[in-house]
Amino acid sequence: MSVRELMIVRVRLFANLVQYRPGAKAGQPFDVELAAGSTLAELIAHLQLPRVQVKVIFVNGIGVSQDYVIQPGDEVGFFSPIGGG
Amino acid sequence: MWFLRVNMTDRSAKLEGVPAQYKNLGGRGLTSSLVAEEVPPLCHPLGPNNKLVFASGIITGTPANTAARVSVGGKSPLTGGIKEANAGSSWAQDLPSLGIKALVVEGQPKEKDKFWGIHITWDAAAGKPKIEFFDAAEYTGANLYAVFPKVYERFGEKISIAGCGVAGEFKYGNSGIVFNDMSKRPSRYAGRGGLGAVMGSKGLKWIVLNEKGSPGVPIVDKALFEQGRKKMNDALRTHDITKPKGGLNTYGTAVLINIMNEAGGLPTRNFSSGRFEQAAQIAGEAIFEGNKKRLGQELYNHACSPGCIIQCSNTWHDEQGKEISSCVEYESDWALGANCGIGDLDAIAEMVDLCNAYGLDTIEAGATLGVAMEAGVVPFGDAPGAINLIHEMGKGTPMGRILGAGTGAAGLVLGVTRIPAVKGQGMPAYEPRAVKGIGITYATSTMGADHTAGYTIAPEILGVSGKQDPLSPEGKAALSRAFQATTAFIDTSGHCLFIAFAILDIASGFEGMVEECNGVLGTNWTNDSIVKLGGEILKKERAFNEAAGLTKAHDRLPEFMQTQPLPPHNQVFDISDTALDSVYGEL
Repeated sequence: MSVRELMIVRVRLFANLVQYRPGAKAGQPFDVELAAGSTLAELIAHLQLPRVQVKVIFVNGIGVSQDYVIQPGDEVGFFSPIGGG
Repeated sequence: MWFLRVNMTDRSAKLEGVPAQYKNLGGRGLTSSLVAEEVPPLCHPLGPNNKLVFASGIITGTPANTAARVSVGGKSPLTGGIKEANAGSSWAQDLPSLGIKALVVEGQPKEKDKFWGIHITWDAAAGKPKIEFFDAAEYTGANLYAVFPKVYERFGEKISIAGCGVAGEFKYGNSGIVFNDMSKRPSRYAGRGGLGAVMGSKGLKWIVLNEKGSPGVPIVDKALFEQGRKKMNDALRTHDITKPKGGLNTYGTAVLINIMNEAGGLPTRNFSSGRFEQAAQIAGEAIFEGNKKRLGQELYNHACSPGCIIQCSNTWHDEQGKEISSCVEYESDWALGANCGIGDLDAIAEMVDLCNAYGLDTIEAGATLGVAMEAGVVPFGDAPGAINLIHEMGKGTPMGRILGAGTGAAGLVLGVTRIPAVKGQGMPAYEPRAVKGIGITYATSTMGADHTAGYTIAPEILGVSGKQDPLSPEGKAALSRAFQATTAFIDTSGHCLFIAFAILDIASGFEGMVEECNGVLGTNWTNDSIVKLGGEILKKERAFNEAAGLTKAHDRLPEFMQTQPLPPHNQVFDISDTALDSVYGEL
């Protein structure tokens, strides 16, 4: 049985998602350690964010979907539904 | 209902019946049609032949919600083309309640530097509005926060006010038309394009409305209207962005600061980067948390105008819990913050308040300050320096007048090559090199650089109405065209543009908007026909601009956006001229 390697991901939460991490501030980065090859959906589950509330995700400034496979060193930003103008 | 024509040459007023071709129009559709029909395209925008047209939306003044919008139109002194700017205010409801479908201000006084006001009330005996002129000299040259209370004191607490600040009196290209908010602040602006200067050029300081006793707006089919209103309200109350305690009500429009920064599309330090390292400090979340800390409790946002369900207007407070400003919108926050390299919310809020006090458009002010900082007038990040420059605009000093002329003009005077403007109008808070569709809207809109004209940010960044890659040029001309046409109709309906977040995702909400309009007018419009009508409005605006001398060469972004890659994505604006020309070519 093989053991999956771990990797570090830098995460930022925004808007309503901040409430799911006590002490977090919008845009303040924190590091998460998780298994190499994890998807964003797995990271969302790990962070216990309600999946339907995660509306927009940026990885290194590029919009991606929840099935994106995270690469070591990625910077991830999660947003709940927002609008303005 | 009537057209009210006010002639400022001899201070006369007359009511006319509404010609048949205008009966089913309102808002932008009506202002742009009247300007296209009656204003000579080659006239000087500040001369006697320009006209200033006020028209509320089709459903404004009815019980429709999030629908208290008034459009103001004329030839723009900033762009040299047609202009429509709109605002939310009780004023928007009171005008049609008084039976006035459009108010057209014409002519120009022979007396130099004299200002008048107009007071409109309902004459029950005569069954029509009563129009009186008054000398407004005592209100000129002043901070709007100081003179608004005097107008209320003179005419009563139930009035609504439209006016111009000193920026309009000085006839700046950067001057908006101010309307009262729900707390009698001079804070709701039809801001863009220098229409305050058109008002000032006509010697008109105020239009004061008192709708007491007025008949209100007639509704042809009340059952259909109510059916549509319910569908619209259900959509607004359900959608995560527009519902109570949803994204807009909690964080305000400034919630976009962080997401645009993450996307690498937050214009920073005069459009030299797409990321601002202090973005999180000035974002909507920081406003919400900062107010909570300073007030000791959560503060959700309020309505800018009566009947709004979304309620996105915020208020920022100082350490003592005293209000500094309302409202710190995304555009204002960005323009006076990130675009100037300023990461201090207290300073940004103070600048917003000063713009409101002087009658300046915050977007144009911030874009102009960015250019001035590029020229070294004051350094990027110098908040006291920026505040002082806004005061110079308010005082009308030589430097203030240069900056008051707007982004394009100030950039030319100051010898700057990186001038973020289209048709002379400063760009709003989205970087075209990082979000290609909005760049197409900036380039081709009849209004000059204007994000509201075709808000492709919805699918490109926010995941509303589908998802599109912001960095890709593919399909973006068609996307911008579709958004521009739909927007022209929403601006005609009287609804706030923010209903689009809900109704682009919730089909029944879109149907509701169409049914509300059909209910008021007795028309048989469909989803398709209202988009077609929006397209017809755009064509009228486009024809005016062409006759005014604006060509395809004016439908381009500034050269630096095609040659200077923008960090962090290091992209240029790579939309072809053919694609840009197809936006209106295939309308």
